Amino acid sequence: MSPGDGTRELPSETTLVRNLKEGEAGAFEVLVRENSPRLLAVARRYLPKEADAQDAVQDAFLSAFRGMAGFTGASKLSTWLHRIVVNASLMKLRTRRRKPEVAIDDLLPRFENDASAHHLDVIAAWRETAPDELTRDENRVLVRAAIERLPDSYREVLALRDIEQLDTADVAELLGVSKGVVKTRLHRARQALRALLDPHFREGAP
Amino acid sequence: MNCREFTSFIADWLDGELPVGQAQVFQAHIAMCPPCEMYLLQYQSTVELARLCQPEDAVPGEVPEALIQAILAARPTGDGSDPTQP
Repeated sequence: MSPGDGTRELPSETTLVRNLKEGEAGAFEVLVRENSPRLLAVARRYLPKEADAQDAVQDAFLSAFRGMAGFTGASKLSTWLHRIVVNASLMKLRTRRRKPEVAIDDLLPRFENDASAHHLDVIAAWRETAPDELTRDENRVLVRAAIERLPDSYREVLALRDIEQLDTADVAELLGVSKGVVKTRLHRARQALRALLDPHFREGAP
Repeated sequence: MNCREFTSFIADWLDGELPVGQAQVFQAHIAMCPPCEMYLLQYQSTVELARLCQPEDAVPGEVPEALIQAILAARPTGDGSDPTQP
């Protein structure tokens, strides 16, 4: 198949898997060309640097090639690859040089130190935002930049739970932490992200 | 329930994991505390924003051909050897 050739009929998944297991070169090309765009988008959720995201995709396909013999078909091929690229991205996230991060505690809500424990900071209204407006390019850039400012351990939980929509138990297993830790990190990540977005989404904000 | 406690229960409430009695107290707090009601709305908007504002799938032409070729060069060959190993 030539790059960008969208006219040829794709093999069924069963046929594709059989051909992959038999080591047929064309099957690998179909697998890579069909899945790499989506897997690259997944890797970019964890790895803002494009080179890191591409490395993770490459690592993921190499893992998939090695694991193909053990692929049982219990899940769809695309689901299996998705899982592998998430793992590859998390591995990459942990091995790259750490960047300066915001202190999460500075972004959590503060409360009066009495029995009422009222909010210390004014919770100003956000402007009404319809889905079309929310996903405008400038908002996408702004939200993704805010997510990138979160410490890695919080960003990865936010990505796995709120973006990949994995459940708490799966995330806990993937990260090797307890479900309680996942819940705490997710709640703090969301609160910190709210604080980072607050100046941009307040009524009257530019 | 005070505002600090309310805030700490938001995630469990959204997941439907608060015991019935505690959920009722949580909802009663919303009705009497505009700042917490606002905070809850913004917390939910934040979750939605994070989900909606992710990169869309790359289009096929956006994946560099060099990356595809590098991946394909490492595919297993029919003789069972692994090209990634010396």
